[in-house]
Amino acid sequence: MTPHLDRRGFVVLSSSLLGGLMLRLDESPESGVWQTSLSPILRIEPDGTVILAVPIPEIGQGIRTASAMLVAEELDVRWDAIRLEQADAIETDQRAIAAGSHSVRDSWEPLRRLGATARDQLVRAAAARWGVEPSSCETNEGIVRHAGSGRRLAYGAVAAEAARLTVRTDVPLRPRGAHRVVGRPTRGLDVDDIVTGRRVFGIDVRRPGMRVAVVARAPVVGGRVATLDDRNARATPGVVDVVRVAPYGDGAAPTVPAGVAVIATNTWAAMEGRRALRLTWDHGAHRAESTANYERLAVGHLDARDDTMYREHGDAALRTPGDRLIRARYHLPFLPHATMEPPDCTVEIRGEHCEIWAPTQIPMPTRNAVARFLGWPAERVTLHVTAMGGGFGRRLDADYVLEAVAVARQVSGPVMVLWTREDDLQHGFFRPYAWHEIEATVRPDGSLQTWQHRQAGTSRYAGRAGRHPGSSEFLSGTWPAAFAGAHRLGYALVESPFDRGPLRAPGNNGYVFAVESFLDEIAAATQQDPLAFRLRLLAGDRRLPAEEGDPEFETARMRAVLETAARSAEWSRPRPPGTGLGLAAAYVFGSYVAHVVEVRVDTRDAIAHCERVWSAIDCGQVINPLGVRAQMEGGFLDGLSVAKYGEITVVDGEIQERNFQQYRLLRMPEVPDIHVEIIASDAPPMGAGEPPYPPALPAFTNAIARATGARLRVLPARSERLRAALETSRRDA
Amino acid sequence: MDAPATMPVLWVLRDLLGLTGTKFGCGAGHCGACTVHFNGTPVRSCLLPVSSVGTGEIRTIEGLGVAGEHDLQRLWKELDVPQCGYCQAGQLMSAAALLARDPRPTDEAIDAAMAGNLCRCGTYPRIREAIRQAAAAAETRR
Repeated sequence: MTPHLDRRGFVVLSSSLLGGLMLRLDESPESGVWQTSLSPILRIEPDGTVILAVPIPEIGQGIRTASAMLVAEELDVRWDAIRLEQADAIETDQRAIAAGSHSVRDSWEPLRRLGATARDQLVRAAAARWGVEPSSCETNEGIVRHAGSGRRLAYGAVAAEAARLTVRTDVPLRPRGAHRVVGRPTRGLDVDDIVTGRRVFGIDVRRPGMRVAVVARAPVVGGRVATLDDRNARATPGVVDVVRVAPYGDGAAPTVPAGVAVIATNTWAAMEGRRALRLTWDHGAHRAESTANYERLAVGHLDARDDTMYREHGDAALRTPGDRLIRARYHLPFLPHATMEPPDCTVEIRGEHCEIWAPTQIPMPTRNAVARFLGWPAERVTLHVTAMGGGFGRRLDADYVLEAVAVARQVSGPVMVLWTREDDLQHGFFRPYAWHEIEATVRPDGSLQTWQHRQAGTSRYAGRAGRHPGSSEFLSGTWPAAFAGAHRLGYALVESPFDRGPLRAPGNNGYVFAVESFLDEIAAATQQDPLAFRLRLLAGDRRLPAEEGDPEFETARMRAVLETAARSAEWSRPRPPGTGLGLAAAYVFGSYVAHVVEVRVDTRDAIAHCERVWSAIDCGQVINPLGVRAQMEGGFLDGLSVAKYGEITVVDGEIQERNFQQYRLLRMPEVPDIHVEIIASDAPPMGAGEPPYPPALPAFTNAIARATGARLRVLPARSERLRAALETSRRDA
Repeated sequence: MDAPATMPVLWVLRDLLGLTGTKFGCGAGHCGACTVHFNGTPVRSCLLPVSSVGTGEIRTIEGLGVAGEHDLQRLWKELDVPQCGYCQAGQLMSAAALLARDPRPTDEAIDAAMAGNLCRCGTYPRIREAIRQAAAAAETRR
């Protein structure tokens, strides 16, 4: 059947292959209708099946369920009657990426529009068949009904006719008060498959004749193979080949490191073959790299105050007699992503075509990167997006896909390149390493006079043309700097060949720890309650400019999350000795979050137990409250995990953390009860995946300080650091 | 089946038998993503050489409740436990072994039994609650 294409403005209408109705939003620039660039595809088949190709990858943020809800709201079908597919990378879906907590924010308008337009086509098709006015028809759960006669037609029965009608581009959306699906707690659509082991993650892709490869990579960044003896590897049962992977990308720190791939009929054979390689490395120029050296350099920059200004307002160096000067330094280490599913990618190159199955957060950019890598036009690359075991930003880079393509080029037939956990921790990219110094002056009345915040570290935007290295590390720098009479933000770059990149709430995940810790330090030094001090800074209903692309920072909404979390926690109720409440808040990508944490500190063993958490979020209109709660719980726990344990260290140019016994993660016995409040809002929907994460860290350490007087300024808050801080606080007392 | 004696059960399941529900997370017994039951006991299949299985019985997520009818699977759905879902097969197998051994676990017993299973998404509070409710559901039926 030849699809009949009817192009009217922003909707491309056609018959599906089965003769049903197919709609795709046309987000081409000339349509000029939407700001986001999503091209979701919806099909209504003659048998009534409704199929949505979800454009944004699912990384656990719940976008597949939210997408079904948005379409169902307007199409008027049950949300769980929609069959979900995951869209392949397509040209018009440049914005179909899982990043910046934008999944819901970007889907909100186009997916509802898609559902509403489809419903309108179906209603008009039914009305035409009956010879009645469309306005005399109504819909309910996949049925069109003529009110006057009671006649009914299922969507599927009119889908073919609907595909031949001219499309209307001005179909109204349901007003806020009329929502029936949006805003209802809705369980995940993929849970059935998950609990039975049927969901197909990247690692579960199977192709006929598929081989599995593991790669030995240069242990020092920028290293090269010196000598290779692969005889024992080739003699390992199941091993079919050993090939070299040439470094690709920037010479000093290539995107794809130099390596040797062992290709086998199964994963275990590939691993055994890799163990049997006799390999020596030319370590190159970076053998002397160490985090100890980064500390010397960063602290040296803070001492010398040789940072460059990122942003300033007024004279932040102004010193008025009578003002109190407060200064503190904070440290945040390199952090990895450690997704539960380590990187993997399956590639099959057949003649002039490259087909890829990838767990990726960036389908189209990855497809483009592969095309560049191969020197081919993008049309010769097909990329299928698989389910994936977490994202956290790790899959915003295409390195592991390009490496798999590099291996597949040397193999006949499909091959999966699988990373082990050791590969993942040692060859990923990291949240930047940084030291912060904040210096503030406080007037005798307790208000903030000046605020100077310096960072020295390995900024994510180091060396990025036209970007200040502070621009990626002072995200959401409005709060609290802009609430002082004058402020200055500066950054001093520490050079490092280790790749840095986005990790959940990039920039914010370091910045918020420093500023929210420091606010508590000011409050303590000036005998103010930490909550009252923040509320005072936020007094009055003001709107301040935020980061480019994000809505303005609204003081009233920040106050509301703080007050709500504090109320749930009974902030003013005294706690027993050794127990304390700490709080922290953040504005991240348009959403507001506050956490109040109750900590009980065992001073003898120097262990801080996080016992209970009360959290509040305002992320605008909520599509799925169950999803928001899940992100709040998970985001908090991710933050607590890295506050306690998270650190990547470098010695002699090599990452020291090899597996989960060195790179520790939070486990069940340490998990507190978490109470989440969602603030009702009419504001446009924002995300919930990243905002809860940054304030978790300072809420935890602020609670320790309020319980014991011990201030932890260096993360992770390991036991020996807590012990030292407890001793310092005892001495000071 | 032709597998070298040293091949861990994880890879026998995944690569030779095509049972991909059991997941690879660390290969070192730290994360629990690969948890299966070996004669009813939860074990890390990434460390269990196939030669040590003998005539023993291995049960994987595919055999827990084929249609998702196990109490734990039902509660996992009801409480909307998973986020990315990758660790959940291992979590479910550890939880099922716990309830088989200790039908009325205390919170401490739940924490102890589940301490070997990592979840990067932080679904722990819901896992804990699902196990509590599954135990309570079984209790009501008795």
